[in-house]
Amino acid sequence: MTAHTKPKVAFFDFTGCEGCQLNKLNLEDHILDVLSLVEIVEFREAMDDRAAHYDIAFIEGSISTPSCVERINDIRRRSDVLVALGSCATRGGVNAMKNLMPIDDVRTTVYGKDKYLFPTLPAQPVSAIVKVDHAVDGCPMTTREYLHVFTSLVLGKKPIKPNHSVCVECKRSENECVFERGMSCMGPVTRGGCEAQCPGVGQYCIGCRGFVDHPEKEAHLEVFRRHGLSLEEARKKMTLFNAYGWSDR
Amino acid sequence: MGNTFDIHVHHLTRVEGHGNIVVNMREGALEKCHLQVVEAPRYFEAMIRGRSFHEAAVLTSRICGICSLGHQLTSLKATEAALGLEVSEQTVQLRKLLVDGATFQSNVLHALFLAAPDFLGVGSVFPLVQTHPEVVLAALRMKRLANDIGEVVSGRAVHPITCVPGGFTQLPSAPQLRQLLLRLQTEARADLELAVQAVLSVAGNIPAFARETEYISLKSDREYALYDGVIHSSDAGATPVNDYLGVTNEQIKPHSTAKHTHYKRTSYMVGALSRWNNNHQQMNEAGRAVGKALGLSGPSHNPYHITVAQLAETAHCVRSCIERIDALLTRGLKEEKPDQEPTRYGRGVGSTEVPRGILFHDYTYDRKGTVVAANCIIPTNQNFANIDDDMVKLVPEIVHLDRAEITRRLEMLVRAYDPCISCSVHMVDVTFVE
Repeated sequence: MTAHTKPKVAFFDFTGCEGCQLNKLNLEDHILDVLSLVEIVEFREAMDDRAAHYDIAFIEGSISTPSCVERINDIRRRSDVLVALGSCATRGGVNAMKNLMPIDDVRTTVYGKDKYLFPTLPAQPVSAIVKVDHAVDGCPMTTREYLHVFTSLVLGKKPIKPNHSVCVECKRSENECVFERGMSCMGPVTRGGCEAQCPGVGQYCIGCRGFVDHPEKEAHLEVFRRHGLSLEEARKKMTLFNAYGWSDR
Repeated sequence: MGNTFDIHVHHLTRVEGHGNIVVNMREGALEKCHLQVVEAPRYFEAMIRGRSFHEAAVLTSRICGICSLGHQLTSLKATEAALGLEVSEQTVQLRKLLVDGATFQSNVLHALFLAAPDFLGVGSVFPLVQTHPEVVLAALRMKRLANDIGEVVSGRAVHPITCVPGGFTQLPSAPQLRQLLLRLQTEARADLELAVQAVLSVAGNIPAFARETEYISLKSDREYALYDGVIHSSDAGATPVNDYLGVTNEQIKPHSTAKHTHYKRTSYMVGALSRWNNNHQQMNEAGRAVGKALGLSGPSHNPYHITVAQLAETAHCVRSCIERIDALLTRGLKEEKPDQEPTRYGRGVGSTEVPRGILFHDYTYDRKGTVVAANCIIPTNQNFANIDDDMVKLVPEIVHLDRAEITRRLEMLVRAYDPCISCSVHMVDVTFVE
């Protein structure tokens, strides 16, 4: 990148729901400003063009087929900076739930006797295959955090990634504790940055942003059990978005 | 182009998900002509097994970010039917408001950002920012407004938060609804007018092509069916939602990770044009007027008209949102606790019209309220066979054009269907016996 040319930016989607891509198109109030700062050279969901080199590549989705592995290596080779967007790309997301089940059963359930027509791998985060420089968590990622990473990179700054739990933000918003309302919540072990969006509108935290560093998983399983969940139910809650590399400890 | 040629479009652009167009013509005979679906399979119906009824909609929402509201509401309807959970009239009205908002959000996105560049001969919406700034801004404002309806009523536009089995975790406030009402009555009206004029100015570039097919959508005797109704086929009439498997008849095709469907013919169409063809007489005046202005007064057999039907629906939904909010405000919003006490267990089927067509979720629950079997049939899957049949008719009709133009027409055709390929590869076999 030189000071006189706009950074060349590209967006790629792997195994996921494209909700994070949509959230970028949902930046209605900012999209024209964003476009004035960078040159978008590849964005299959919105445009036809393709390019050979990227200053910044944004990746959405998990790696879950042999062809995903080839594609992500190829993109990494041609990118200066690579950013994983959203829970599927940063942590394997909901896709990784299938990793905890016998793979042949999973494939039979969906495709029956034709299951071997469609090669599949355990769902993995992008960082399991190539180096990831920055990550924006969440399902979907929040547009606020995305804009923070985006503008930091364009300005040559290092983006800040929160490492406090959702509980911190929930308390700050003065919400009544979700456990007090009779629901079981992932807030205590889940990485903040979302401003406790779900507890703020009467729902519990589903853990979509992944764990904080060094989560007290065993202790939290015990908290769930004290609130009436079986160990199996507690594990299910924990693994909705955190199945990749899951262990109780 | 001669009578022997191959066309291969790898990873078609401006559609949601990954698909390739493959055409092999040998001495005037089509050897291969189809849309290959190469999206990675995701196995949702396997992952949902063993999950609690509270989590079913949270999880199936993640099938597709673009259709997340539609998946949630369809999932909730299936769960509520299976478990005997009652929802109030207020919940139904708020859900219908969400459906109207999501329909016009998605239709605006597709018609103006993904399809319109085709009519103007450019590769994306980005050049239009320079050449047609007022239309792009109008479309962005309409999208913003539709997303704000989602945020106010469901907590978030992508993967809504407050919609749960039996109702809502939190209700919108009256001032928030009044604010939306004001914007719908003022800015949306002006922006819609601009968008319609823009499409009208390029309507001459919509290709002439027709292939009559079977049109399937929901139908209701009360209103233009989006949230509720029975299955309606233009060939065969009504079928109860619970009997959807007799209509969809899914099959696996080696060229596609997404399953194909057929009913009375080799293929059928779902989505905005099917809804228009089956139900346009129930559309409100605002919607019908836009359809008429853009050349649609009755049923159309031209798939490129899907974009026109989407704009008519946009006008219909804007008007419908105004009426629904007005009624909600007049009645006053009542705090209600969602009904989450199951009164029965077993199987339940839910269906709604999502922007791309009719969607089915079908769950079976055990006595603990845990999913033991699931099946979802996605609109885009239902259109794949119809797209293939369209291509088989279209290619011989345009074979005199050059390769670039044939490719462009085929890409436009697939794009007109607004396929949502991520959605299409997840769900399938019915495994009701554990």
